[in-house]
Amino acid sequence: MMNYPPLQIAIASGKGGTGKTTLAVNLAFALEVPVRLLDCDVEEPNAHLYFYAGLKESVPVSVQVPEIDFALCQFCGDCSRFCRFNALAVGKKTALVFKELCHNCGGCKLVCPHQAIREVPWVIGKKEIVSQDSVELIQGCLDIGRVQASPLIRIIRKEASKDKLTLIDCPPGTTCPMIAAVEGSDYALLVTEPTPFGLNDLKLAVETLRVLKIPFGIILNRSQGKDSIIHSYCREEGINILMEIPDRRQIAEACSRGELAFCQDEEIRSQLRELLPTIMMQINFSMVSPEGVRP
Amino acid sequence: MKIAITSQGETLAAQAEERFGRCRWILIIDTETGNLVARDNEIQRDAVQGAGIQTAEKILREEVDCVVTGHCGPKAFRVLQAAGIKIYLGAEGTGEKVLKDFQEGKLKLAETSDVEGHWV
Repeated sequence: MMNYPPLQIAIASGKGGTGKTTLAVNLAFALEVPVRLLDCDVEEPNAHLYFYAGLKESVPVSVQVPEIDFALCQFCGDCSRFCRFNALAVGKKTALVFKELCHNCGGCKLVCPHQAIREVPWVIGKKEIVSQDSVELIQGCLDIGRVQASPLIRIIRKEASKDKLTLIDCPPGTTCPMIAAVEGSDYALLVTEPTPFGLNDLKLAVETLRVLKIPFGIILNRSQGKDSIIHSYCREEGINILMEIPDRRQIAEACSRGELAFCQDEEIRSQLRELLPTIMMQINFSMVSPEGVRP
Repeated sequence: MKIAITSQGETLAAQAEERFGRCRWILIIDTETGNLVARDNEIQRDAVQGAGIQTAEKILREEVDCVVTGHCGPKAFRVLQAAGIKIYLGAEGTGEKVLKDFQEGKLKLAETSDVEGHWV
């Protein structure tokens, strides 16, 4: 069986609703090799909707937040002065922790001269797993009322496989959660659509990836099959459009039924399978043996 | 009695600030002596988060008995309440008017926060 090196490929976009998840899931299944898929859109993970098996395993995920030992606290306020996120408030006889503001750096514990701070786990979400055919999906799901998307994404990101291909379904936008999801990837696929909104947010995503020095290529979804604003932008910027997916009612209908619409179309499916060799050439990575050893 | 009034300026002639956490100035007034100290709170105007918490912490250091402001969110309220500071809401107009309203008992003693964080 053909195998791929343990590359990490992020699927991002800028604009929401361009087809990141659809592409990620269809690509994962089209390759027909063991693939790990990480759904890092933790505020609204939905890749699992394509898995008829349903989510199997669920594990709570927590971050470390400070807890004050009032037997030791002298109310000096060093912790509060240190915290850039204003997560602590210390008065003459009071000390409060606002764990929802904490960014889990552990600094308050380090600067406390009285060892009055210890770190305790605080559950922010869960990690859920389902396997179907050759694809293993691991998704992060942020608990309702929690705001720690980036910390949860970083925890899910650590699940990237050491021996097989990992695809990362990223959240939209170009803020911290998107960056947490794409960071550390070998390559990014930017999914866009030929609309002014698609172009605007694509430009932002391109700028972000250039700063992060992550090589990328573009997948144009809902392509009208003619020259578009995305084509002219890519020509000007010298960016590769790796693949165009046609704007077809049949595809939309299959998606709405939870089917793998791109895999059902022979032409799209074979283009998906050609993506990996193209990506590897772009990042100078050769095909490897089934043992996954780099030549 | 010492009270803190959130304000847009350094004196009682200035308008009181209805936002607690991101007020520009905090006026500390000793009602017995009439002594007034203005504390600069500019730094919290650009706080990414937790402006109310830090403004409240700054007020704790002044050892006031009460705070008079327009509105107060849940986190700042928790900090002040834990230190036993009374919170009066509904401040409107100049600092002088607010001080008079407070002394005449026209302002409401808050039992809970009256707005969510980031309400403006």
